[in-house]
Amino acid sequence: MFSFAAEGGAEHNPIIPLWQEIVVGTVAFAVLCYVLMKFVFPRMEQTFQARVEAIEGGIKRAEAAQAEANQLLEQYRAQLAEARTDAARIRDDARADAEGIRQDVLAKAREESDRIIAAGKEQLAAERSTIIRELRAEVGTIAVDLASKIVGESLADEARRKGTVERFLSDLESSGAR
Amino acid sequence: MSTSLAAEVPWPPSVEDFFLPPIAEGTDPWFTKITVLVWVAVAILIIFFLVTYREPKLVPTKRQWIAESIYGFVRNTVARDLIGHHGIRFAPYLTTLFCFVLLMNLFSIVPLIQISPNSHIAFPAILALISYVLFNYLGIKQHGFRKYMKNSLVPPAPWFILPILIPIEFMSTFLFRPFTLAVRLFANMFAGHMILLVFTLGGFVMLNSTPLLAPVSVLSWLMTIALTFLEAMVIVLQAYVFTVLTASYVQGALAEEH
Repeated sequence: MFSFAAEGGAEHNPIIPLWQEIVVGTVAFAVLCYVLMKFVFPRMEQTFQARVEAIEGGIKRAEAAQAEANQLLEQYRAQLAEARTDAARIRDDARADAEGIRQDVLAKAREESDRIIAAGKEQLAAERSTIIRELRAEVGTIAVDLASKIVGESLADEARRKGTVERFLSDLESSGAR
Repeated sequence: MSTSLAAEVPWPPSVEDFFLPPIAEGTDPWFTKITVLVWVAVAILIIFFLVTYREPKLVPTKRQWIAESIYGFVRNTVARDLIGHHGIRFAPYLTTLFCFVLLMNLFSIVPLIQISPNSHIAFPAILALISYVLFNYLGIKQHGFRKYMKNSLVPPAPWFILPILIPIEFMSTFLFRPFTLAVRLFANMFAGHMILLVFTLGGFVMLNSTPLLAPVSVLSWLMTIALTFLEAMVIVLQAYVFTVLTASYVQGALAEEH
């Protein structure tokens, strides 16, 4: 090592520092430390912190949004259920109304039919009374006719008497059927 | 051409190859390639971090992300994992240290620069001294001088071994630590540069001695390339080791028990 130094002409021992280089290195490293440790790395820490906060804030916001969404969902569900009950109620009402209307119609129809039946009965009664009145009027005449026929014909003839009565009766029937 | 080179090839490589001629007459050693590189390293780091972190955003840009990744790496894997949660307050210094050592080391394989200021022991020595002062200061501040000395020097061992252990602990903690820290980095960078010199210059020397050795000199230069990759690994590793050891010393000083 000493021979190398002798060859180089200057005394250089690699393990003994040059004091000038120590001064230069100290100043240079001090400058570097000052700038980086004062202006750069603390700001990085701040940025990291801000980032953490931003992420945590984001999570909080997301949670709030989720809660709101859940609440809205609950609300919509409640509204939907309400609407369903409303619909059911309306349907029931409608059904009840329909039933009422049906009953009304039926009642009216019954009334109408009753009315018609009553009218028919009345008419029948009227016709009956008319027929009875006519029959009464005719019965007198027929009785007179019959009597005159009985008196006019020979009472001894059994066969003829029988025929006369039958003729009378058939006459009576045919007139009654009219 | 090879003959003209032959006259200029300095062989064998020596310590003097680390002390380049001064850039300007009479300024040596204040103004040399080495000191210029130190200032360049400082300038590059300051400019890089100030530019990338001029206006930090929550959603980082690509360059901001790179700067944050460097800091985040040292902060999380060294400061937090090694020292503990309160170690994050040392992250700025550890990151500065890591970047400075790494960039200075990196100069040893950058084409046309190809020498690291860390191959001069002055710079590793400064950094090691700062680490030494730092961990001792923190230990004394944390525990008081007496308790710190007791924590550092008296291991939990039977009393009859203590007379042997205490001097060993004293030497390893207070004498060897700064020295090994500085020498480890310096020697790695020194040896790396020396190996690259040997293979590069050796190639020329062999080529000049006889043309028959030309294939061997090509092999020698290929070795230089391969060893440059090895050197790249050493560069990163040594920067990391320096930072991790500093953090570990701080952790040891702050720890409650030995």
